[in-house]
Amino acid sequence: MDHLHNYLLHLADNALILGHRNSEWCGHGPVLEQDIALTNISLDLLGQARYFYQYAASRAGAGVTEDSLAYLRDTREFKNFLVLELPDSDWGFTVLRQYLFSQYQYLLYEKLVDASDQEIAAIAEKSLKEVAYHVRWSKEWVIRLGDGTTESRKKMIASWNILKDYVGEFFIASDEEKMLTESNMAVDPVTLREKWISLVNPVFEEATLEFRLQKWTQQGGRQGMHTEHLGYLLAEMQYMQRTYPGMEW
Amino acid sequence: MLNHVNIFYYGDIPDAGGSASENNKNNFAEVNWPLWEVFIRSKQGLDHKHVGSLHAADAAMAIENARDVYTRRMEGVSIWVVRSEDIHASNPDESGMLYEPANDKVYRHPTFYNIPDSITHM
Amino acid sequence: MAQNPEELFLEKIEDEIKIEPRDWMPEAYRKTLIRQISQHAHSEIIGMLPEGNWITRAPTLKRKAILLAKVQDEAGHGLYLYAATETLGVSRESTVADLLSGKAKYSSIFNYPTLTWADMGAIGWLVDGAAILNQVMLCRTSYGPYARANIRICKEESFHQRQGFEILLTLSRGTEIQRAMCQDAINRWWWPSLMMFGPKDSESTHSDQSTKWKIKRQSNDELRQRFVDMIAEQVKVLNMQLPDPDLKWNEERRSYDFGEINWEEFWNVVKGNGPCNKERLEARRKAHTDGAWVRDAALAHAEKQKNKQRAA
Repeated sequence: MDHLHNYLLHLADNALILGHRNSEWCGHGPVLEQDIALTNISLDLLGQARYFYQYAASRAGAGVTEDSLAYLRDTREFKNFLVLELPDSDWGFTVLRQYLFSQYQYLLYEKLVDASDQEIAAIAEKSLKEVAYHVRWSKEWVIRLGDGTTESRKKMIASWNILKDYVGEFFIASDEEKMLTESNMAVDPVTLREKWISLVNPVFEEATLEFRLQKWTQQGGRQGMHTEHLGYLLAEMQYMQRTYPGMEW
Repeated sequence: MLNHVNIFYYGDIPDAGGSASENNKNNFAEVNWPLWEVFIRSKQGLDHKHVGSLHAADAAMAIENARDVYTRRMEGVSIWVVRSEDIHASNPDESGMLYEPANDKVYRHPTFYNIPDSITHM
Repeated sequence: MAQNPEELFLEKIEDEIKIEPRDWMPEAYRKTLIRQISQHAHSEIIGMLPEGNWITRAPTLKRKAILLAKVQDEAGHGLYLYAATETLGVSRESTVADLLSGKAKYSSIFNYPTLTWADMGAIGWLVDGAAILNQVMLCRTSYGPYARANIRICKEESFHQRQGFEILLTLSRGTEIQRAMCQDAINRWWWPSLMMFGPKDSESTHSDQSTKWKIKRQSNDELRQRFVDMIAEQVKVLNMQLPDPDLKWNEERRSYDFGEINWEEFWNVVKGNGPCNKERLEARRKAHTDGAWVRDAALAHAEKQKNKQRAA
């Protein structure tokens, strides 16, 4: 498959896997209003994933659909960031991951709006407004929980201690990104790193949390080198399509 | 089978038996986020209208919650939230005194006046 | 002429004038409403669980999005209804505490398990179908905030039943396995949906206060009959059977006759012995307990912000 196909899958997988993780909260949130709020974000992400999959499917030709891409690829073929597949330990983990990723996604889409590929540009433009709200919502939660009670602060520190090993992966350029950037179809993520840090830093400060992005990071999502968690997620998500192959639903 | 049955409507489920235990109720009672009333302008040019209420820890959260709860189907372009406890209401017992005096002031309404049909645009 | 408040209240009911929160109302009216609206709210919230079960397993991306939006709507409906109870002077936390302690009830239908994807179709078609009949009636209930909550709910709910039917329709036109899955789901959800309308009218020995107050405007049996008549026709489109050998068109009544409901099962589930009663409550208790630190922290943060503003 070509570089663009892989890149589209990467963008779609990111949105799908995080949307899926968030959707696990539906019916189990800490308060009704926030249950509804997080589900809106899940729906936005699911929508973004579908746009990217549909575009990838239309390019790939016969027999490929958004569903075959989402439901019939195995762990080694998924290209999402590792951090997005990690199971949620608590609400604090969920909102902190959401913030770190949304802030990255915002900077990325902001650039992709000008991509030379019209489809990508259009999807980015539509999604950018959604992501702007995700940033705002999750940022406020990070501040609330960081600067809330002693207990909430402790939990946020614990979540950051897990997440900090993974978020560096946002800023490692893959081979296809390097290639596509030359024709302005993708963004070199390295160029987003500094801006991202400058935006995240004050939020952590306000949340009374310590932020330091280490040099070393867990990585491999784009090459299909995932955590063990993704297999379970896919086993559940793909169960229907795997058990009853080739049927209409 | 019970041969003596109260009438219970759908939405009114019998209390019969169940896992209730009065004494663990307090485990779940707690101080909650305050209640806010939500007003939404459905489109430019219209007044904000009361649509309901919700709970939120602060005003910023209340506005966001209102967006997430009450505008999921593009119902609004602008949101107001007010702490419910800050709303002062007229007393329904005084409605006679407050509103009935307006009943006989028909001359405030345009239909009170007889104008020849030939006059238009008035 | 000075009227006593009770006469005035009954006159309003008679004249179809809605009762609003600050109006005088008999204590029993208020209590009946609190009980009924909060049970309705709890049913929406517990009702998220059996379907929520399948969000992570929905067979296509489109179905996943629809189901997620639908279950989210139920959270919204619970919220509108809790808000309606709050206009009667009971806080949401005390209403929810009654649910979590097991004191308050919710619709028994949600104590049945969702075993296959077809259950998402059957719930939408049958369970939401039954709920809509009730809620359409409740749009005209005498208490203003409850009526308005139901109007909002009905508006949003219109897609719920359709999406359920569409799921079953797709299955009914699918493979042998899918048709069997579809019939099995209908078999399992049919009787519990009929039970949703409550005991038979004839078994009541109590005076019918709810109808007099126009909280409820049609009897259990009336609504149940309408439901049967509606579904008995729709099931033909699916080419499926309703699991009732006594179901038969009655030309004289211009309605369907149907078999006897298993009332022993009904009371058993009400008493807490349904297949999922304990799990449903446990899931809500866990969500509540796990969320306590989040709610506390948000309050603490809001307090800090307020103090900061004051100091500035």
